[in-house]
Amino acid sequence: VHRRKKLSCDPEYVNKAHKEGRFLSPPVSGRPSSSCVFVVRKDQDIYIQTLRKLFNESHGIFIGLQRSEEEFAGKSRKTQLVQVSKNYRSVIRACMEDMHQAAVSARDPALHSQYSTQVSILSAMELIWNLCEILFVEAAVAGPLLLRLLDWVRLHVCDVDNMVREVLSSENPSKHELFWNVVDVFVLQGRMDEARHLLSKEASANPTSVNMCRILDDLMKKMPVPSLGNTQTLTEMELKWQHWHEECQRYLQDGTFASNSHMESICKILLGDENAILEKKELMTTWYHFLVTRLLYSHPTVKPMELRFYAQSSMDLFLGGESSPEPLDTILMAAFEFELHQVIKECSIALSNWWFVAHLTDLLDHCKLLQSHNLYFGSNMREFLLLEYASGLFSHYSLWQLGVDYFDHCPEYGRVYLELHIERIPLNTEQKALKVLRICEQRQMHEQVRSICKIMAMKALRNNRLGSALSWSIRAKDAAFATLISDRFLKDYCEKGCFSDLDLIDNLGPSMLLSDRLTFLGKYREFHRLYGEKRFSEAAKLLLMLMTAHIAPCSFWMTLLTDALPLLEQKEVIFSAEQTYELMRCLEDLTAGKSDKQKFQDDDVETMKVEMLRLALARNLARVIVKEGTLEGS
Amino acid sequence: DGTSCVSVCARCLAKSDGVISIQDNRISIWSVGDLGNVGLNGEYQGEPQLLCDIRHNGDVMDMQFLDQERIVVASSTGNVTIFRHHQNNQTLSANQRWEKAHYHVDRDASCGGAACTGVICSNPEIVTVGEDGRINLFRADQKDAVRTIDNADSSTLHAVTFLRTTEILTVNSIGQLKIWDLRQQRNEPSQIFSLTGDRVPLHCVDRHPNQQHIVATGGQDGMLSIWDIRQGTMPVSLLNAHEAEMWEVHFHPSNPDHLFTCSEDGSLWHWDTSTSVSEKPSFLHQGGRSTTYFSHNTINQSVVSAWLSNDPTKDRMEITNLIPNQTLSVNSLDILGPCLVYGTDAEAIYVNRHLFA
Repeated sequence: VHRRKKLSCDPEYVNKAHKEGRFLSPPVSGRPSSSCVFVVRKDQDIYIQTLRKLFNESHGIFIGLQRSEEEFAGKSRKTQLVQVSKNYRSVIRACMEDMHQAAVSARDPALHSQYSTQVSILSAMELIWNLCEILFVEAAVAGPLLLRLLDWVRLHVCDVDNMVREVLSSENPSKHELFWNVVDVFVLQGRMDEARHLLSKEASANPTSVNMCRILDDLMKKMPVPSLGNTQTLTEMELKWQHWHEECQRYLQDGTFASNSHMESICKILLGDENAILEKKELMTTWYHFLVTRLLYSHPTVKPMELRFYAQSSMDLFLGGESSPEPLDTILMAAFEFELHQVIKECSIALSNWWFVAHLTDLLDHCKLLQSHNLYFGSNMREFLLLEYASGLFSHYSLWQLGVDYFDHCPEYGRVYLELHIERIPLNTEQKALKVLRICEQRQMHEQVRSICKIMAMKALRNNRLGSALSWSIRAKDAAFATLISDRFLKDYCEKGCFSDLDLIDNLGPSMLLSDRLTFLGKYREFHRLYGEKRFSEAAKLLLMLMTAHIAPCSFWMTLLTDALPLLEQKEVIFSAEQTYELMRCLEDLTAGKSDKQKFQDDDVETMKVEMLRLALARNLARVIVKEGTLEGS
Repeated sequence: DGTSCVSVCARCLAKSDGVISIQDNRISIWSVGDLGNVGLNGEYQGEPQLLCDIRHNGDVMDMQFLDQERIVVASSTGNVTIFRHHQNNQTLSANQRWEKAHYHVDRDASCGGAACTGVICSNPEIVTVGEDGRINLFRADQKDAVRTIDNADSSTLHAVTFLRTTEILTVNSIGQLKIWDLRQQRNEPSQIFSLTGDRVPLHCVDRHPNQQHIVATGGQDGMLSIWDIRQGTMPVSLLNAHEAEMWEVHFHPSNPDHLFTCSEDGSLWHWDTSTSVSEKPSFLHQGGRSTTYFSHNTINQSVVSAWLSNDPTKDRMEITNLIPNQTLSVNSLDILGPCLVYGTDAEAIYVNRHLFA
């Protein structure tokens, strides 16, 4: 974590127009532009391996938040929301840990620097989020507000940790050159107990300062701090504090600490002397640390609404006109000023992906803090940010599934966005297609279901997987496609003279009814089976039914009639007279339908077939009339 | 997507981020400490530790441990790869690969591969099935396939498992369960079973560890079917289970009265028939005890398995959903002893070390 944390240390990150994709640099005038192909990619961050945990875990928290109905009101709801906020932060921290590990173990310097940058960015995000949690979600009131801010500072200013550790672990801490720095750090951060502990070491090591140490220790011990519970009112606390402040003042003016400049400066800090505090700039490293220290020692009962004044002046004093505020500073300032929209806007600009603003805004929306003023393109801010974030997820090969849930919770445009995105997910395995289909079916997106099934069925058909293609058409209840597949089977049959994929056709079951052609296919195959099993009369009946019930397409009638030939030629009579008349009618229907020109074009084979059929039918008729006319013997 | 497969070996489990083509898919080996035993000093086991991982080309569709060190992985590109886990230096390396073991019409075309959807091993034999309807029989360390049945099925084969040492079971996307005898040379299944009613695709299959005639399958509609392959061509019982595709079904290898299923709807169910006491005649009880439970070994041999009973509700089968807050799909699960492992689309793996506590 660097001092004066920058949000985007790497200039490359800043230059990447993260929302609109990278722009091509304009060609230098007068010279032809280089002939390159640029790969433009939106939302680079989602491809960083170590951030995946962030996206996945936060998705779980997001869903949990949306699902938690407003069963609780008032205080318990607030507790619930604070818990959600803490969960988000712990996910950020976990991710930071992983990223840090990755940075440490990275051997490639470029990768190491990328990871380190990410650690900084995550750290800054957690810093901002934490402040927002204190000010907005928890909405700490005067009193607890200061305590929370102190915690916040202690958590995030870690530059000094090494120094502290070094001094504490040395043999003779009070002799260490950085001893007083560490005491100052503790005082600045309001860590009185730890400061007193170190002072006692000084007292035992240095007898001359025992008296001063005792007094200072006493002052530190007695310093009134706001309490979290309801043990004292603000007025009580203010009164105590005033007394204590005056006591410190007296000791200072009496020159009690005159002989030890360190302790004197500490006393001044306790009195809230701005200059004294400012002298310790290097130990505080940031203006917001300065702000909180100031508040601790000059105005511990600060009210939330008063923060803005102190914040502005603190920043001015600290930066002192040497440097201008950086993006992080602007964001924090906006937070202290309670300008929520400004915070969100600045974060959106500074960060390279929508994750942070989307989730934070959603949480703030649940806290009922965002007015529902519409942005000019119609949806409210929460929804806009969630839509942008989720859209970014959809370009990722696996995180798109998270995006679906985000769209679900965008009431206005979520569904439309989902419909458009889900159709564009590449479906390279059947399993993926099934997952996408399940999502569509659960949301009654019938158009998309049909479209996806058609794509999969077409792919299967092209790969000659007729069974798969049929399975997809059944899922979509797509009669037209089922007809297409059946035609393919029939075509194969006509060409090869036998059926392929019998395991499929023999086993159609109720799905046979999906399309007429499919029914025909199933029944036609049944006819063949009956014939193979020598159940001729049943086969004959079925064959006839296929034509008379118009299940068979007209184009196939010739084939069917030709199939009838062997039945007509059998030794025993199979077709009854009635049936034979029917067959003849079918044949006549078929030939009558042809125009004279077609008849002329018919080749010999065709005409011969028709002739043979007529002959066979006539012969059969003759035999059957005789048979039926004869009295049956017993 | 997310975590697509988990496979448990005695000491470690393999997990893979199943994803698509160009991106970063990995096979990872994790250590979960001693299974079933608390550490020597009673120490807390802690989280699974990542031991090693390796890039994988294509989605991982299925995988299984071949032996203590080798894992067979089925890829969406149609490749089947054996990875070896070197325990001395904790690395993974690709040991052997069968390129485009599964392919559509033109094997040499760049996109000609077809996803290999299922793999089952019985050292040294490996059987794979794929979206091309093909069945391959490989032998570890043998370069060419021992046997290939082209166009074994006109639809996609979703899963395969061993029935006996020379027979396999496959399920496909038109709701058929087929038995194949690998000793026979003909390329036809020796038996075909199918669902009644709609031909809902079947996605997973598993065989009872002790009673080999009992087979469980899971379908696209989340239905669990139990089959007795000695009789009939239809399932013995159909149990309405999940609300979406059932991805995997597993009998517990040593406690087969327990069955586990996981689904796209994000739930993982534990089916427990061990407490079922139907009106069995008393002479089947052990000795003079009028107990309400029996030791598992004796009951499996002497009594008709609870799985085949016609009325599971009468026999008090306990069904529990092991996932409290379900969100995304549970893609895969595996069990060994008291340890259950499952992986979800939220890119997470969960280890439950006290299944029967």
